[in-house]
Amino acid sequence: MNILVCIKQVPAKDAPLAIAGNWIKESDIGFEMNEPDSYALEEALRLKEKHGGEVIALSLGPERVKQTIKEALAKGADRGIHIADDNFAQLDPLGTAKVIAAAIAGQKVDLVLTGLQSDDHGFGQTGVLLAALLNLPHATLIMQIDVQDGKMKLKRELEAGWFQWIECPLPAVLTIQSGINKVRYATLKGIMAAKKKEIAMITRQALGVTVEPTQKIEKIYVPTKTKKTEFLTGTPKEAAAKLVEKLKFEARVI
Amino acid sequence: MKILVIAEQRQGKWNNSSFETLVAAQQIASAGSATVSALVIGKGVAVLAGELASKNVAEVLLVEHDLLDAYTPDGYCAALKQVIESAKPDLVLFPHTYQVRDFAPKLAAMLGKGMVGDCVGFRSEGGKLIFVRQMFQGKTAADVTFTGAVPWFVSFQSGAFRADQLAAHPNGKAPVNAVSVNVNAADIRTKPLELFKEAKSAVDLTQAPLIVAIGRGIKAPENIAQAEAVAKAMGAELAASRPICDEGWLPMERQIGSSGQTVAPKLYLALGISGAIQHVVGMKGARTIVAVNKDQNAPIFEIADYGIVADIFEIMPALTEELQKAKG
Ligand SMILES: Cc1cc2nc3c(=O)[nH]c(=O)nc-3n(C[C@H](O)[C@H](O)[C@H](O)COP(=O)(O)OP(=O)(O)OC[C@H]3O[C@@H](n4cnc5c(N)ncnc54)[C@H](O)[C@@H]3O)c2cc1C
Ligand SMILES: Nc1ncnc2c1ncn2[C@@H]1O[C@H](COP(=O)(O)O)[C@@H](O)[C@H]1O
Repeated sequence: MNILVCIKQVPAKDAPLAIAGNWIKESDIGFEMNEPDSYALEEALRLKEKHGGEVIALSLGPERVKQTIKEALAKGADRGIHIADDNFAQLDPLGTAKVIAAAIAGQKVDLVLTGLQSDDHGFGQTGVLLAALLNLPHATLIMQIDVQDGKMKLKRELEAGWFQWIECPLPAVLTIQSGINKVRYATLKGIMAAKKKEIAMITRQALGVTVEPTQKIEKIYVPTKTKKTEFLTGTPKEAAAKLVEKLKFEARVI
Repeated sequence: MKILVIAEQRQGKWNNSSFETLVAAQQIASAGSATVSALVIGKGVAVLAGELASKNVAEVLLVEHDLLDAYTPDGYCAALKQVIESAKPDLVLFPHTYQVRDFAPKLAAMLGKGMVGDCVGFRSEGGKLIFVRQMFQGKTAADVTFTGAVPWFVSFQSGAFRADQLAAHPNGKAPVNAVSVNVNAADIRTKPLELFKEAKSAVDLTQAPLIVAIGRGIKAPENIAQAEAVAKAMGAELAASRPICDEGWLPMERQIGSSGQTVAPKLYLALGISGAIQHVVGMKGARTIVAVNKDQNAPIFEIADYGIVADIFEIMPALTEELQKAKG
């Protein structure tokens, strides 16, 4: 079973964001693997361990995303695909999906996995759009995958603690929800092995995809506060004492 | 301009954010000159169509088919594509539910269009519609406009509009028009099976008057004891954001948010939680919200009544002590 995992590199969770037009200043901040994508990668590795085949890690973005592809290779992915594009942040969801779909079309894969949402753009659309463009069945928010007789039984998360079982044929596209498994760390051996693994680089231009934007991010900004927060200051002890005082006598909740 | 709202039902029950989206549609319509229609899709949902018709809408489209009884992305997309092609709306609005995430981007793509998802609001500037959505996990907002030809597809985040502002139909009822669609069993590639909940949980956080919740700021499972000490001193239940439950540090039944519990306690103390919308929808109904976070720009402070910008590892022991003192 050949599995391709789409992995986005996003700003590190605690990175201080400096807004620049409709994106952020990329210098001076760290980047990391988008969290749901690390769960998707882990799921791909587990499926491969059970059913054989190869795991391909694909990322679209500037040079920096190679680091995240290498991390995937160190964890056990067999090879990487880097779609090089310095302007990937300006693509809309459909554009992103068209570019990635064009790169996937040339691969022999049984299953495409994505995260359910990226921590930066947060479109929550790429996986579903890939399915539409590749004309494959799909399911989203997946919390369990059982492969049997060429098809899958999937556990899909719904709202408020509900789940649903779904049957889905292969090939297909699935978007993976965080928490589906326990992700592994790369071992030293894995990191060494990754050095010999291939990362194929292709530019967005070379894929020959024409993308016509359907939407445009005009600008981004820090949202205006709707509620007035009273900040309690001082040493930890002072702040804690003030809080207890407020909760007792002002809010009267304790 | 014609606005079409796709309302959501499951097994004959509304997803209530459908009505919030209807409010959004009414507000967009009153900012320009537009008509609002609402659509319900499924099987045996005529009663629900009647309910929609009592709201201030120009018409209700009723889309029924045997193969639309249970939701499938293939079935819904096939049917709705036909309806949109014939009804020709300019703007198609959805509530941003898990079901909408599952099919709406594909529906838009089948028509060669784009979707702006998970919007928290809109503005109309000089006749131009601007949709506002969050980026970077709520740390920034983004103004987004459509660039291509209509129809445009938009989904609104749950809680972005208030369902109690929904206007009723001015004179009785809007017409309900059934739209027939062609759906073939062969086009539906996935098979939905049973819906279920995990085994009933021992704790019912919805009944807890006081909740102390931890997020990824707690760093490691061995640190949870410090938060437990705060909870104990306060007489509160312990809860968590999703990553804590994903890691298995606390059981999933203690997860607050869109995929976990929705709570409305007297007090919600958030320790090291950033305040992503999927968490906030589960706790913003709390009467008093307190956030402790070392990042003064964390979105959680947007909804907090009291905030402390500090390291939780300094605050937790101090707070435990002060709480014990206050109890005497
Ligand atoms: C479809 C979907 C469903 C989801 N469902 C849920 C859900 O039900 N519930 C849920 O919670 N999430 C849910 N999420 C995930 C959600 O988007 C966020 O990723 C999650 O809530 C973040 O958890 P967090 O705030 O604990 O972690 P982070 O976002 O990583 O925030 C950690 C915070 O801790 C602060 N911090 C770190 N160290 C310290 C310290 N020493 N002292 C003080 N502060 C510190 C940081 O400044 C940061 O603000 C869902 C996401 C999706 C896409
Ligand atoms: N630039 C990218 N490179 C690789 N994968 C991506 C990229 N953008 C989105 N994805 C995949 O699509 C998922 C959803 O992203 P989004 O639609 O932006 O929320 C992510 O979790 C990734 O798996």
